[in-house]
Amino acid sequence: MRHLLSIADLTRGDIERITAVAESFAEVAERDIKKVPTLRGRTIVNLFYESSTRTSSSFELAAKRLSADVVNIKSDGSSVDKGESLKDTIATLSAYDPAAIVIRAPWAGAASFVARYSSASVVNAGDGKHEHPSQALLDVFTLKRRLRADSLDGVNIWIVGDVLHSRVARSNVLAFTRMGADVTVCGPPTLIPQDAASLGCRIAYDLDSIREADVIYALRMQNERMDNTLVPSLREYVSRYQIDGRRLEPRQLLMHPGPVNRGVELAAEVIDSPQSLIVDQVASGLVVRMAILYELLSAGTGGNVRIAPPTPTEKQPA
Amino acid sequence: MTASTGSDRKPPQIAMRPAEPADLLLRSARLLDPRARIDGFHDVLVRSGEIAEIAAPDSIDAAADVETIDAAGLTVFPAFVDPHVHLRTPGREDEEDLDSGTRAAAAGGFCCVLAMPNTDPPVDNASVLRSLFERARLEARVPVGFLAAASRGLAGGALTEMAELVDEGAAGFTDDGVPIANAGLLRQALQYQRLSGGVLALHEEDPSLSKNGVMHEGPISTLLGLAGIPSISESTMIERDAAIALYEGGRCHMLHLSSAESVAAVERARGAGAKVTAEVTPHHLTLTDEAVRSLDSRFKMNPPLRGESDRDALIAGLRSGVIGCIATDHAPHSREEKEVPFEQAPMGVTGLETAFSALYTDLVLPGIIELDLLVERMTAGGTVFGMPVPTLATGLPANLCLVDLEATWKVGETGYESRSENSCFADRKLNGRVLMTVAAGTVAFRARTFAIKLADDPDRSSRRLAGSRQSS
Repeated sequence: MRHLLSIADLTRGDIERITAVAESFAEVAERDIKKVPTLRGRTIVNLFYESSTRTSSSFELAAKRLSADVVNIKSDGSSVDKGESLKDTIATLSAYDPAAIVIRAPWAGAASFVARYSSASVVNAGDGKHEHPSQALLDVFTLKRRLRADSLDGVNIWIVGDVLHSRVARSNVLAFTRMGADVTVCGPPTLIPQDAASLGCRIAYDLDSIREADVIYALRMQNERMDNTLVPSLREYVSRYQIDGRRLEPRQLLMHPGPVNRGVELAAEVIDSPQSLIVDQVASGLVVRMAILYELLSAGTGGNVRIAPPTPTEKQPA
Repeated sequence: MTASTGSDRKPPQIAMRPAEPADLLLRSARLLDPRARIDGFHDVLVRSGEIAEIAAPDSIDAAADVETIDAAGLTVFPAFVDPHVHLRTPGREDEEDLDSGTRAAAAGGFCCVLAMPNTDPPVDNASVLRSLFERARLEARVPVGFLAAASRGLAGGALTEMAELVDEGAAGFTDDGVPIANAGLLRQALQYQRLSGGVLALHEEDPSLSKNGVMHEGPISTLLGLAGIPSISESTMIERDAAIALYEGGRCHMLHLSSAESVAAVERARGAGAKVTAEVTPHHLTLTDEAVRSLDSRFKMNPPLRGESDRDALIAGLRSGVIGCIATDHAPHSREEKEVPFEQAPMGVTGLETAFSALYTDLVLPGIIELDLLVERMTAGGTVFGMPVPTLATGLPANLCLVDLEATWKVGETGYESRSENSCFADRKLNGRVLMTVAAGTVAFRARTFAIKLADDPDRSSRRLAGSRQSS
């Protein structure tokens, strides 16, 4: 695989391969020395045009655990801030000959744009409302581990909330269905995209049938969406769609991509419940992102793989 | 009946730079002019820019000062008219100017174009319009006319001085680029049209429905997470405006139809007696939102590329005559503006240089429409605004293009005449190439590869090298 731009590009086999590699990195993560030399001498650029805590930190740590050199660039205070175009920024960063560029940007198609103008492998860490493929992969991984299953065949998953504005929802519907799950998206009709069924999921506008779900995946409700009349009020939204102790059954699992708006999409009692996989998701984020970088840069023929990097051992001046 | 507008008034003003009238003999060409009911092999003699004679093949003896072109195997059409181009002048001459824009037009076989007023400053007063005509007289390679803004500053608040603008030669009125959202303003413009004349060309889009959309709303926008522009944002405005036009007895032209619902709306309005015409672009006739999957900003335009059923309805509308003409909506954008992620890119694609070839390749060759229908619809654009249709007939100024229907070419491989290169057909291999365009009696375009090709291809060179310029 050359780039990771979207789940739409992936087959079930691709997803299975990456999660299997993540499984072996999970073992590494349990060792005392958590670092492996796989990407020594390679450079990875993390280019973040949007704020991010878990995605940027886990990509950074993933690259470091693989012994790569990491450059983190945030739009704040960089030349991006001074009006440099993405194309020029990519040209500038390409001068460092990075093996991979991890990009998050508020514009759909930003990652495929970078792939067009750079020779590096590109990882989409979220592009506008399009996709967030590494999130979907770590969610598949987390769920498979918890269920102790090789696939998600027949697992009933409900994705609840603001589906329209969620790149996580788009990537996860595609990833879960590719892995055999039976997916329903649920939210206010104004927050469900037109033709959502074309993604291969069912649509529900209320939680009446949520008991059928094995897994409830709640989405972050962005407060800024409240201003533009898409839902009448936060109060009505909470009363209709919040997952709370009443709605979450003991046999059901709960997931959320974070950060959680406590008291909005999730009630405090479910966040901390034993069914919650939210902390597991963060832990999985690291090993899955290691697996993604490994897949693009070391496995097969993809990426700018250099077979024998002639890196002489650094000599201290005598 | 109130004074009607359009064809019974004097035609709008057009202007171009002075050029030497052509003296040409096109020998043994296939002539195709559906309106004149010509489809056969003829010699065409152009003297001093006028069609002097159309006669049997190889029957005309050329005088010494006439350039003779062996056009056997080539086709002559009346040249095309594009009622909808953006020449970006004044204000964005880095993207297009009257010279480059009309060179692009000539390269596409067009002998006349009408430019839209959404420039900077907009063409919303007589002095801007006069200055454009002045520049056209210095720079334009083919005649160019101008639509004026319907509202001052294209702001949708107050009417422009429509009567004065028509006196100064405005072809019509439009706020193209943005809709006239205020129904009351459109009504006033249609009332005032009784005094001023001038067709109102309408960009139909309800902004409260299209919002911040960047592509057609449908399964692909859902997959890509891009905000959608629903078809109803166009069709409901057409319904509204056609009803107002019918009520006021006014004359409207619906720009760049994109959806099946819109074609149906125009058909209903015409059936009800509204004086409404419509146009469609080559890209809406040949591409769908599938192309946007690539997230390539060259497929971003407004209205957006829609679904296959919409494309089918547009083709059916073109056939039935509900859509009377093809317009390119040629919209040049600079590289730095277009070379950004899809969501950030401005809307619009160029179209003049590829219009005929794209439609010939994608619609005529597969047998979806006939060649004569394509020629008829590509020459009809001026009729909307009361302009004469280019015709192959003796005694008329020569407005014709010479086309090699057998030739194939790769779009962009030799660059573009336009200053911009945001073509949605870039790198496509197209059939049918315009070799020469005669506009208002002057040779406005000759394919640069014309002569080179002759030398390369011995079969053809023997025929074609016979066409040598004998005068200085």
